[in-house]
Amino acid sequence: MMELNVNGTTHQVDVEPEMPLLWVIREVIGLTGTKYGCGIAQCGACTVHIDGEPVRSCAMPVSAVGGKRVVTIEGLSPDNSHPVQKAWAALDVPQCGYCQSGQIMAAAALLNKKPKPSDKDIDDAMTNICRCGTYQRIRAAVHMAAGERNVGGADFIVVDQSNA
Amino acid sequence: MTTSVSGTAPNFSRRKFIIGSAAAGGGLALGFHLPFGIGSAAAQSAAAANPEVNAWVVVRPDDTCVIRIARSEMGQGTLTGLAQLVAEELECDWKKVTTESITAGQNLARKRVWRDMATGGSRGIRGSQDYVRRGGAAARMMLLQAAANQWQVPVGEVAVANGVITHAASGRSTTYGKVATAAARLSAPDPKSIKLKDPKNWKIAGKPMMRLDTADKLNGRKVYAIDLKLPGMLYAAIMACPVFGGKLVSYDESKISGRPGVSRVVKVNDATVAVVANTWWRAKSALEVLPIVWDEGPNARQSSATIAEHLKEGLTSDDAFAGQREGDALNAIAGAARKIEAVYSTPFLAHATMEPMNCTVKLSAERAEVWVPTQNAEASLAALSTSSGLPLDKCEVYRHDLGGGFGRRGGTQDYVRQCVAIAKQFPGVPVKLIWSREEDQAHDFYRPISQCRLAAGLDESGNLVGLHIRVSGQSINAYLNPAAIKDGKDRRQLQGLWKEPGDAQLGYAVPNLLIEYAMRNTHVPVGPWRGVNTNQNAVYSECFMDEAARAAGKDPLEFRRALMQHHPKHLGVLNAVAEKANWGKPLPAGVHRGIAQFMGYGSYSAAVAEVSVSGKEVKVHRMVVALNCGHTVNPGQIAAQVEGSVVYGLTATFHGECTVRNGRISELNFDTYRMLRLAEMPKVETVIVPTYDFWGGVGEPTICVAAPSVLNAIFAATGKPVRSLPLRNHGLVPV
Repeated sequence: MMELNVNGTTHQVDVEPEMPLLWVIREVIGLTGTKYGCGIAQCGACTVHIDGEPVRSCAMPVSAVGGKRVVTIEGLSPDNSHPVQKAWAALDVPQCGYCQSGQIMAAAALLNKKPKPSDKDIDDAMTNICRCGTYQRIRAAVHMAAGERNVGGADFIVVDQSNA
Repeated sequence: MTTSVSGTAPNFSRRKFIIGSAAAGGGLALGFHLPFGIGSAAAQSAAAANPEVNAWVVVRPDDTCVIRIARSEMGQGTLTGLAQLVAEELECDWKKVTTESITAGQNLARKRVWRDMATGGSRGIRGSQDYVRRGGAAARMMLLQAAANQWQVPVGEVAVANGVITHAASGRSTTYGKVATAAARLSAPDPKSIKLKDPKNWKIAGKPMMRLDTADKLNGRKVYAIDLKLPGMLYAAIMACPVFGGKLVSYDESKISGRPGVSRVVKVNDATVAVVANTWWRAKSALEVLPIVWDEGPNARQSSATIAEHLKEGLTSDDAFAGQREGDALNAIAGAARKIEAVYSTPFLAHATMEPMNCTVKLSAERAEVWVPTQNAEASLAALSTSSGLPLDKCEVYRHDLGGGFGRRGGTQDYVRQCVAIAKQFPGVPVKLIWSREEDQAHDFYRPISQCRLAAGLDESGNLVGLHIRVSGQSINAYLNPAAIKDGKDRRQLQGLWKEPGDAQLGYAVPNLLIEYAMRNTHVPVGPWRGVNTNQNAVYSECFMDEAARAAGKDPLEFRRALMQHHPKHLGVLNAVAEKANWGKPLPAGVHRGIAQFMGYGSYSAAVAEVSVSGKEVKVHRMVVALNCGHTVNPGQIAAQVEGSVVYGLTATFHGECTVRNGRISELNFDTYRMLRLAEMPKVETVIVPTYDFWGGVGEPTICVAAPSVLNAIFAATGKPVRSLPLRNHGLVPV
């Protein structure tokens, strides 16, 4: 039996020490917003915060978490009010949405460290895979969450060619 | 399982439905046996409270309009687009629109009132726009009639805007929510009396409305099928013989007995084994150490090299079928002033949906249920029925929005059949099957491999006088749908190179033209992969077009334009993209442009890429992509699809390859099957150029121009054509 602090609640979990944090969160505690994508810390769909740092939970044994504070997507805000969530909504970032919990957690951790990230900072920090290809809007939404204006995102024009 | 009606309200919004069923077992049966609350007193009162005006529209007393969605949502935005089309004709308040997904069992029970549920081929909107708009219009007519009846005035005197009905002469007004119960009792209007709006007058459709399904994707609340929780659920991890066609010989269950939570090993079929446990990680961990003996069979001798030889033979064989033949291409090329030739190739590719294959199945003697991310819920229903042995009307499919589809979760439904085989060992217990990423990579239905030999003849002035295209490659239909192979032909192998207009027509007129293909099948399973054969064929024809233009000493845009005078829609998008990208205007030092155009899924696409090459490093700075999909239901979501299609296409361009070694796929996770990352994505500008005279697809058409426009820019930068993908095989990496 070990103790695990997730989103401010202490859970007693009776699992093998090598069970990855991801599966303890999903299948033992029952918080399914954190996703499985690869199991080898490549895609980032499983990103959570451990003492504020972004961690790919699929490759971290639960025994390594100890008494540290784990925050999952469910614990980011009670009502979609985190600036990253608001920016994601404003720019219609998600497509299928499966990777977005991890993307949002990665972005929130970046902004904690660098409140005004440059494009290079975003390149370096936002390495999660999105198979739908929402990267352009993710970049813009990170800038928006940092309080910037004219952040871009969708860039489209409609030109009527019916009389061309 | 009982079929009696519990107190569960017949609200079939999926989340409530699942929670209700989890709490009250028999509640699930309600959805099928008593669809929409027909039958019981409790259900009737609930239906009266939330009346169904017709199959597409339910109006609640608070004026919320619930629009029913038959097609699958996998990120492509179809849910929002279809809701816009219904709401446009319904004349309701867009702010009060919500949606709910129907089930395959409900569709069956109501004689397919919602028609086709299959979602592929970029058909989700274009394939259903007419009847969903009619559904919205019919509901509006019934709601207005109900108000007119209440006021005892002719229906022609009442008007509606944003769900508020008014009678100007008497100054009366009411709302949809107040007349819905009365409207639901009226007969549907004569279909001939339904007049759809001119799209030029659209107020909700045609506008860049925000998606309706975003909020729950921001906080972890959205329940994908992989997230489903049911009481007493067990979890299965699975492994099929890594060599396609190989068989399971034996396994040693004693080596994993006693591991925590492990229930048992199940032989799924003659090539597949699964471990069942009380968490998925325990099942997967046990499977990883389970000793399994495979009979890999003769396919274990196959490799990428043997497959390449097999295809190469098809480039010059005598058994090819002609898709297009004009004049005498071979003689025209042989006698031309200048002749060029090239051989191109593209590899097998996996879909790699972010949510791996999974589903949950619960079986009893009387009932079979599956919770599944599916692009075709009716195919899931059929797979559930045939594999469980229960008739269709004792089966139900609870469709979850997909964590990516891209063609992988359409007709095949292999994971449903597997999960049924496992669940048969656990009657009454829900079993969730999840494929590991490795299994997902190892047992896909891959994008077919192909090669292409092209030859062109130019006259003294550099005009293209003859073109010969020979594709040699694997047929999807031969693997998945042999009944569709007629006289040994699968014309989809030439998708995008067809003569006939309307769907995937070649955009060039060449006086002497021969386009043909030889079918060369392999032991590797193949299937539709977002864009299907347009992706490969666009690389071949559009990159070779640049090779021909260079040989002719002509600008690639002007060279194309000269051949496109009889294809005005193809030319329209090409001109639009060239203008927006400032084709011909100076660029910063070291930056080069490439251009491409192609047609697929009824839509016309073109792209210009701006690329610089520094040693082995390739930077794609900017891509301008133009699309004419006829009518535009949601420009913001069209742009999202274009942005995403560039990432999907460039992932394949730079990284994508499934190599075959000893009969099996080598790339089993994202460390070797690499994906484009945010830092590598170019800025994408979308130019939508609708002509408002047809309905084309959106999800797939633009992928195919991503690769050739970038490859042509690399050709412009280096002077050396790249004729095989991915670029990593040429040592080129994205930065």
